[in-house]
Amino acid sequence: MSVTENLVKQLVEKHGKSRNSLMPVLQGVVREEKFLSEEALLSIARELDLSAADVYGTASFYTFLDTVPRGKNIVRVCKTISCHMKGKDEVIHAIEGSLKIKAGETTHDKKFTLLTANCLGWCHKGPVMLVNDDIYPELTPQKAVEIIEEYAKKQ
Amino acid sequence: MKKVDIIFEIDEKNTPFTILEKTLTRSPDAIILDLIDSGLKGRGGAGFPTGLKWKFTKNEVSNTKYVICNADEGEPGTFKDREILDRVPEKIFVGIAICGYVIGAKEGYIYLRAEYNFLLKNLLPKLDNFNAFLKKLGFDFNIYMKSGSGAYVCGEESALFESMEGKRGEPRNKPPYPTVAGYNHKPTVINNVETLVYVSMICGMGPQKFKSYGTTDSRGSKVFSVSGDTPIPGIYELELGMPLNEFVNEFGDGDAKAIQVGGASGFCVPRKKFNDTIIGFEGIPTGGSMMIFNSTRSMYNVLHDYLEFFNEESCGQCTPCRVGCQQLLKGIEAVKKGEKPPSYLEELKRLAVTMKLAAKCGLGQSVGNPFSSIIDNFREEIIY
Repeated sequence: MSVTENLVKQLVEKHGKSRNSLMPVLQGVVREEKFLSEEALLSIARELDLSAADVYGTASFYTFLDTVPRGKNIVRVCKTISCHMKGKDEVIHAIEGSLKIKAGETTHDKKFTLLTANCLGWCHKGPVMLVNDDIYPELTPQKAVEIIEEYAKKQ
Repeated sequence: MKKVDIIFEIDEKNTPFTILEKTLTRSPDAIILDLIDSGLKGRGGAGFPTGLKWKFTKNEVSNTKYVICNADEGEPGTFKDREILDRVPEKIFVGIAICGYVIGAKEGYIYLRAEYNFLLKNLLPKLDNFNAFLKKLGFDFNIYMKSGSGAYVCGEESALFESMEGKRGEPRNKPPYPTVAGYNHKPTVINNVETLVYVSMICGMGPQKFKSYGTTDSRGSKVFSVSGDTPIPGIYELELGMPLNEFVNEFGDGDAKAIQVGGASGFCVPRKKFNDTIIGFEGIPTGGSMMIFNSTRSMYNVLHDYLEFFNEESCGQCTPCRVGCQQLLKGIEAVKKGEKPPSYLEELKRLAVTMKLAAKCGLGQSVGNPFSSIIDNFREEIIY
């Protein structure tokens, strides 16, 4: 049994074999593997006795359930109005320059994916970004790059 | 304009735990009467009377009922629920438990947006502690945590149920309403985070104290999320029914030209209307977002941002919303570039009215609010 199949099996055991467990199972796979591979989706469909199309259809609805390969660290910069007014463009450009990718892309070494996100709920402290589950408010371009560099050093 | 301290107030003598113990000795009907008497209306934006919602659900005959706390705060400009979840989570848990007691449910859920997953580190141990407390009280009720996965539309109650059931977050047709068929198609009370906190506070201090704030149509206070061009952005609990000009005097930077009340799906109020606009159910109701724009801002850019947002967040299920959002965005771009005459804006406004009438849920129905209010008040900025 592959690592992914094993993970899916464990998640289904933990959350139960019902349709209501689909979200926690999908979320669990994304937590470990950063995205839902074809193998993961098929394996979830088998374990929960759903059609693969149904599982893919559900996953692809949600922006945090990626179905394309993502980097080890996912950076989401808020692009909605308040953060826009406070300079999210400059922050995104600085990160793009530092990682040498455009928003929406993943670095060659698969360490980072840079995405934009709709309102992250920090409108009084923009610009703001999420790195994985950690939140970084009141960014400047320089501060954002420093945070990214810290993550780069971690591995 | 009066600042109020109910939501975040820490009262050592009257803790959430003691409020719950005291409330569980009362009859469910008496609690409902208190809530109806208090005049509390939902604080998520729609403003449905909370006591009535609970009464309808209580009156449904079913072995299984649910209480759900909607913590899928995603409206641009709104961040109050995050602050409440972080600072006074026990008050939310108590509101959920009281509701469970009143309607006869055994399970409560908090549906937390994925963007707030970092709150779980603090929330989960406190929730375990609270569930243990319920057990100690001998009250057969448990609260669980559910996470969203990044979809604004899941803040719409029926889409939220679909998501909890492991499906795409696509809103259902109404009726049936959640009080009859909600999560798992069982009678369900779904309330906003802030509403549930007010419930526990009303149970603690009595409806009279709550009613002493606000106006006849808008009882009590409300937590506002203030952002944009203001020297003091942040969270403020204010009395409802305040005139907008008082708000602007307090929070503006002296150059405010427009306030967006109620987030991207709310209304834009221009400077000339500050004096005769009331913030409350008798004027412009709001989920709490107050975004201030000063004269350096282009209202075209503001509207463009909102429409991009709706374009991405429309679930795509119904045509009026899916196609409408795209056409409104394309339309203002075309007028700006001169590819369409200014009169095209009137056609777009008719489309926005169609969306209001024909879209399936609140998302599509409310896109016309910012659209028409910005076009009507800042037409020149959109065209030139």
